[in-house]
Amino acid sequence: MDDALVIHRLHFAFTITYHYLFPQLTMGLAPLIVILKSLALSKKDDRYNHAARFWAKIFAINFLFGVITGIPMEFQFGTNWARFSQYSGGVIATALAMEGVFAFFLESSFLGLFLFGENRFGQRIHWLASLMVFLGSWISGFFIIVTDAWMQHPVGYEIAADGTAHLNSFWSLIFNEWAWWQYLHNMGGALITGSFAMAATGAYYVLSKKQEQYGQIFLRVGIVVATVASLSQIFPTGDRQGKLVTDYQPATLAAMEGLFESETGAAIVLIGQPDTNNMKLDNPIYIPRVLSFLTYRHWEAQVKGLKEFPRDQWPDNIPLLYYSYHIMVGLGTIFIAIMVASIFLLWRNRLFKTRWMLWILMLSFPFPYIANTAGWITAEVGRQPWLVYGLLKTHEGYSANVSAGNGLFTLLGFMGMYTILSILFIILIWREVGHGPSFLHDDQFVRAVEHV
Amino acid sequence: METIWFILVALMLIAYVVLDGFDLGAGIINLFVARNHDERRLVLRAIGPVWDGNEVWLIAAGGALFFAFPLLYASSFSGFYLPLMIVLWLLMLRGIGIELRHHVNDPLWWSFFDFVFSVSSLFLAIFFGAAIGNVVRGVPLAANGYFFEPLWTNFRVGANPGILDWYTVITGILAFVTLTVHGAHYIALKTERELNQRSQRVASIGWWFLILITLVSLSATLYVRPQVLDNFRSRPWGWILPLVVVASLVGMRLFLKKAQFCAAFLSSAAYIAAMLGGAAFSMYPYLLPASTNPTFSLTIYNARTGIYSLSVGLIWWGLGMALAIGYFTFIYRSFAGKVRLDQEGY
Repeated sequence: MDDALVIHRLHFAFTITYHYLFPQLTMGLAPLIVILKSLALSKKDDRYNHAARFWAKIFAINFLFGVITGIPMEFQFGTNWARFSQYSGGVIATALAMEGVFAFFLESSFLGLFLFGENRFGQRIHWLASLMVFLGSWISGFFIIVTDAWMQHPVGYEIAADGTAHLNSFWSLIFNEWAWWQYLHNMGGALITGSFAMAATGAYYVLSKKQEQYGQIFLRVGIVVATVASLSQIFPTGDRQGKLVTDYQPATLAAMEGLFESETGAAIVLIGQPDTNNMKLDNPIYIPRVLSFLTYRHWEAQVKGLKEFPRDQWPDNIPLLYYSYHIMVGLGTIFIAIMVASIFLLWRNRLFKTRWMLWILMLSFPFPYIANTAGWITAEVGRQPWLVYGLLKTHEGYSANVSAGNGLFTLLGFMGMYTILSILFIILIWREVGHGPSFLHDDQFVRAVEHV
Repeated sequence: METIWFILVALMLIAYVVLDGFDLGAGIINLFVARNHDERRLVLRAIGPVWDGNEVWLIAAGGALFFAFPLLYASSFSGFYLPLMIVLWLLMLRGIGIELRHHVNDPLWWSFFDFVFSVSSLFLAIFFGAAIGNVVRGVPLAANGYFFEPLWTNFRVGANPGILDWYTVITGILAFVTLTVHGAHYIALKTERELNQRSQRVASIGWWFLILITLVSLSATLYVRPQVLDNFRSRPWGWILPLVVVASLVGMRLFLKKAQFCAAFLSSAAYIAAMLGGAAFSMYPYLLPASTNPTFSLTIYNARTGIYSLSVGLIWWGLGMALAIGYFTFIYRSFAGKVRLDQEGY
């Protein structure tokens, strides 16, 4: 394999994986903050405002890291994937440019107002600002998914005389079936990250008997949202996404499921390690017929195995694809179990005294990050060997004029930079969680009094 | 249609330099004009609610450029690979320099982030200036529309140039001086007492350097790329741009003397707009001239996307921009006036 190709793939994979740790939390937290602000207004209870202010601090730090690690993403289409940009810019740049004008301006303008305008402009404007930040972050996610969905399932284009793709139907691009289901599935994932983080923080406060009243608010809001979001990931959004992969990327489906031979009444594999040399799974544990039912709604349907497809159409890293898919689905199932148990205890008014459940909730917050990352690896590794499915291979897309040496130089630079960013991030979040909402409250109160 | 998008992309880039330019300028002068913790907090408060929105103009301009001229985006971003990556790292450092300082109450922590903020702003200004210099000078494009420039070669303007040569170093310094003065006007506008006076002094001394470097860089441009005069000959109305440059230089001086900081700030904004507008005017219809063979140059005709996209784009772009300008007006009005320590903020 070509060195430069490997470096450019690693470059994008590393920077995008790191970047997405931050937006998944901000997109998940933004609607939760709107909920807290709305509760404060409707119940006329200032505790919800303190709670919102605390999460605004966490949000602001994440937002900053999301912005500074996000700008490299837009640059990298041109810097590292120039031939891809030239080929597909006529279509996807519409979505990317729309993200800039419709989402980023909205988000960044109102974030300033949201962070620095509460005292000056009053609670209603502040509520509005939180709503606008939420809309901005979700619109931003939409246009990115439209871009990715076009790479997964190209629509609304024609190939121009110079061989590049040109848009010929704006609405087909925007209403790409793939984009909408992927968007809902992705935003469900972000909501899971945000609500698990909120519930985990709440569990920490209740367990450590610090700021318990806020801990209880966080647990209530976090658990309700997390339950809804976790359930929706399996049905309908995950189910519909699986159906689209079945219809449009059958080789990907076979690789995700570790299915080498075509089967009627295909079983779904829970555990087992794919061995691509011998075309089999080691020590598999499976449930008969379920895969056929999930993909075709029919217990005896035939599902095509990898052997049906020529080798050059196989995703080029089948074990990675298989594991990331299984990790995502496995964690998603565990999330449902955790949240259904929690919401039951919450409903019976026993949650705040059930220490083992609080421990589980507190320790669960890293797993949504893993599930979201695994989901994206499934989508993007599953698209291989194509960069634009069926149209452009990955090795045809990278910048041929940027050598492997220059690529590795900047990849190492990013790794160093992101190490420093990670350390700063952990220090800052640790401090904010340590302070908690009541610290902010007292601190601002004291400062306000001093200046009167 | 191509011409419309050429103008729109140029306007967005100008908006970025005018708006984020004062944030960068504030960063450059921060260590000199703001001498203690409270003064540095005030500098951060002056740009705090707006810097992120200003930076979005860079993303939006980049997005519009990718949208309208995909080949230009692909060619220039990969060809300018190294300086762009350095710009990305500097933008990260600038962001954390502004936003992380106030999280921890510790003088060493503050000093570290003040330093990061200033130095990253300084180098960003120089790199942006050098980037414009590269585009005006031309790059060694091959027949397929691609090129690659190392950071420097022999510092000569020739067939095999680097990102930095004597000409682009001059344009880098031009950007540094321009944004220093622009940022000093902004800080003078937003602050009171010593901070205001020191900023005035920076702007006042910087003005002489600005006159000098403007003359040097314009002469250098005529020497490196005499074709820049062609469009002024065929479209004489373009001379209005150099006139605005002169008028805005005079304006900066007069308004600063009269302590009319808003007018002085608008003058330096007009100076930036007219200088960049002049560069765009003289380039048209070229986007990226080739130093190798003029026929390899990227123009608005050979780099543009499909006409359908460009037409649809006018609709959503107009709508999006109307909204964005609405937000900006609202935010700048909301946070108008001098910054003080008793308000919410850093």
